Amino acid sequence: MQFDTPLTIALSKGRIYKQTMPLLKHAGIEPLDDPETSRKLILDTNHEQVKLVIIRATDVPTYVQWGAADVGVAGKDVLLEHGGEGLYEPLDLEIARCRLMVAGRYGASLEGDPLRIATKYVHSARDYFAARGQQVDIIKLYGSMELAPLVGLSDLIVDLVESGNTLKANGLEPLEHIADISSRLVINKAAWKMKHNTIMQLTDLLKQAVEQNR
Amino acid sequence: MKRQNEHWLLPEGIDELLPPQAEQVEQLRRQLLDLYHSWGYQLVMPPLVEYVESLLTGTGADLDLKTFKLTDQLSGRMMGLRADMTPQVARIDAHKLCSDKPSRLCYIGNVLWTRPDGFGGSRSPLQVGAELFGHDGVASDVEVLTLMLETLKAAGLPRIHFDLGHVGIYRGLVEQAGISSEDEMVLFDALQRKALPEIESLIAELELDSDMADMLLALPSLSGDISTLDDAKNRLAKASPEVKAALENLEQIATAIASRVSEASVHIDIAELRAYHYQTGIVFAAFAPGSGTEIARGGRYNDIGRAFGRARPATGFSTDLRVLSELGSVQQAQQPTRILAPWGEDAELLALVNSLRQEGRIVIQELPGQDVDMVAMECGEVIRKTDAGWRVEKGN
Repeated sequence: MQFDTPLTIALSKGRIYKQTMPLLKHAGIEPLDDPETSRKLILDTNHEQVKLVIIRATDVPTYVQWGAADVGVAGKDVLLEHGGEGLYEPLDLEIARCRLMVAGRYGASLEGDPLRIATKYVHSARDYFAARGQQVDIIKLYGSMELAPLVGLSDLIVDLVESGNTLKANGLEPLEHIADISSRLVINKAAWKMKHNTIMQLTDLLKQAVEQNR
Repeated sequence: MKRQNEHWLLPEGIDELLPPQAEQVEQLRRQLLDLYHSWGYQLVMPPLVEYVESLLTGTGADLDLKTFKLTDQLSGRMMGLRADMTPQVARIDAHKLCSDKPSRLCYIGNVLWTRPDGFGGSRSPLQVGAELFGHDGVASDVEVLTLMLETLKAAGLPRIHFDLGHVGIYRGLVEQAGISSEDEMVLFDALQRKALPEIESLIAELELDSDMADMLLALPSLSGDISTLDDAKNRLAKASPEVKAALENLEQIATAIASRVSEASVHIDIAELRAYHYQTGIVFAAFAPGSGTEIARGGRYNDIGRAFGRARPATGFSTDLRVLSELGSVQQAQQPTRILAPWGEDAELLALVNSLRQEGRIVIQELPGQDVDMVAMECGEVIRKTDAGWRVEKGN
C-alpha cells in the first residue's frame, strides 16, 4: 500500500515483534533494521513515511493513547491492565496467544479469606476475584511469579500461561482460567479520525493476513 | 543526593503560567471573548464552588468522581469545586435568567479535576466555552459548531478535523433491541474501544434477531468521511423511526457544516458517544495535527435544565484555553520596544512617560540606586535629557 501521511507503529521486542512482522509484510511494510541486533529505538522501513518504534510491551498503550504512535500492537493482558481508555482496538491479530490463569501448588485451594495473590496483573486479578465474591490481598511483582507460592510470599499467583511448562517445572499447576489472551491492533483516536484512509487500509490488509494465517 | 526543601513543589497536575506564556494566554482570552461578544454571546461568571447537589445534577457519575469536595463550615453541607462549567451555565439559564427567548452565554474560568484526563496530566484546565439555550434544531447546532471552529481558528490552529456523531442512533438501537442496562454498559464500553471481537461475542450472547444484530454490529465500522451517512442509512434501514430521525438530524448538520466551512474536514463516527449520559443529540469534537487527543468538544443536551425546574433545549461546546495556546500559533502582535526612563520627579519627564504609556508603549522607570543598563532591562530605547528637553532616543 501507499502512504500519503506519516505513520508511527509501536511494537515490543520479542514474540510480538516476530509474529507481527509477517502481518506487516502482507501490508507491504518491512523494517530496514532488526531490533534484536540494532540498538535503534526508531526503525526506518521501506516506506519513508512509516516508522516503527520499539518499546516495552506495557508502554505500547500509553504511547498510542497520547498519539506518540499512531498504531501499535499490544497483548490483551496489557490492555486489560491499562484499561484501554482513549484507544481503539478493532482487530484481534490472533498472535502471541496464551491464557491468563490462576495457578498454585498442586492441590492448592482457591478458598481462604483473605487469599494472598502475587501477580503482575493487579487489575485483572482483583476484578476476577471480586467477581467471585472474594476479598484478596494483591502483591504486585514484576517477574518470576512462580517463586512466590514456593517461598510463602503468596497463596496463589495470577500469570500468563503458554505451555504450562514453567509452572510444572516449579511444582505448580494451573487452577482457573481467567481470560484468553492474544495481541490486538490498537489505534490512537485522533489518528483514526485524521488519517482515516491510511489506517483503514492498513487495518484491512492486516485483517486479510490474519485470516490467511488461520 | 542532598535533600533540598520541597516547599516550592506544586501538586501533581497543577501548574502556573509565567511570562511570556501567561501574556499569550491572556491575549487569546481577550480575543475569544471579543469573538463571542460579536456573536451576541453574553459573559457569565459562575462561582468557583457550589453545593454538590447543584454541581452534579444531571451529569452522571463521570463528573462526581472528578470533583473535589469540601464541607461548608457555615452550613455543614457538602460543596464541590467546579470540574465543568457547563452545568453551572445551564443552571443560570434555567433558574436565573428565566427567559423564553434563546439565550446565548459564554464563560471562561479555571476548573479543577481530582484526576487528570488529558495529555500531560493537567488537573487545572482553563475552560472556555459557549452555550446556546432555548432552540431545538439544526440551526443552533450549526451555529455552535461554527463558533467552535472560529475559536480554534482564532487560536491559530492549523488544519482542523471535526468529528460528528449522534447519541440518538445508539440509544434508539439499544431500546429497539431491548437490551438490559447491564448488558448495555458492557456493549457501550466495547463500542467506545471499537473492540470488534468483544462486540461480536457479546451480540452473539444476547441472541438478538439477525436484523438487529447486524445493525449493532455495523456501528463500529460506520466511521469515515461524509459518505458514511449513506452507508449508515443502508445498514440501519430496519431501525426504528427514532434512529432514523437521529440519522437525518446528523446528516442535516454535517451537510450544513461541510458547506459552511471549507477549511476543516468533517469526519463522521456513529459509534463515538462522548458524555453519553447527558447528551441528547449531536455530539462533536475537534482534532488538530500535533495533538493525539481531542482539543474541543460539545453537543446537544436538552434535559440538563430539568433538575432546576425548566428543561430548555441546549447546545454548546467548550475547550481548554491553555491547550489552545500551546498548540496554536497566535501571531504575537509585534511588541514595540520597551523604553527605559530615568528615575526622577521632574514634571516634564513624568508627563512624557505618561503620554507614552497612554499611546500603548511600555515605559519602565528606573528605581533609585538601581544600576542596570538598558539591555539588562530588555529595553531598546531610553529617555534622555537634551537641550530641547526630555527625548526618547534609540540605543546607547
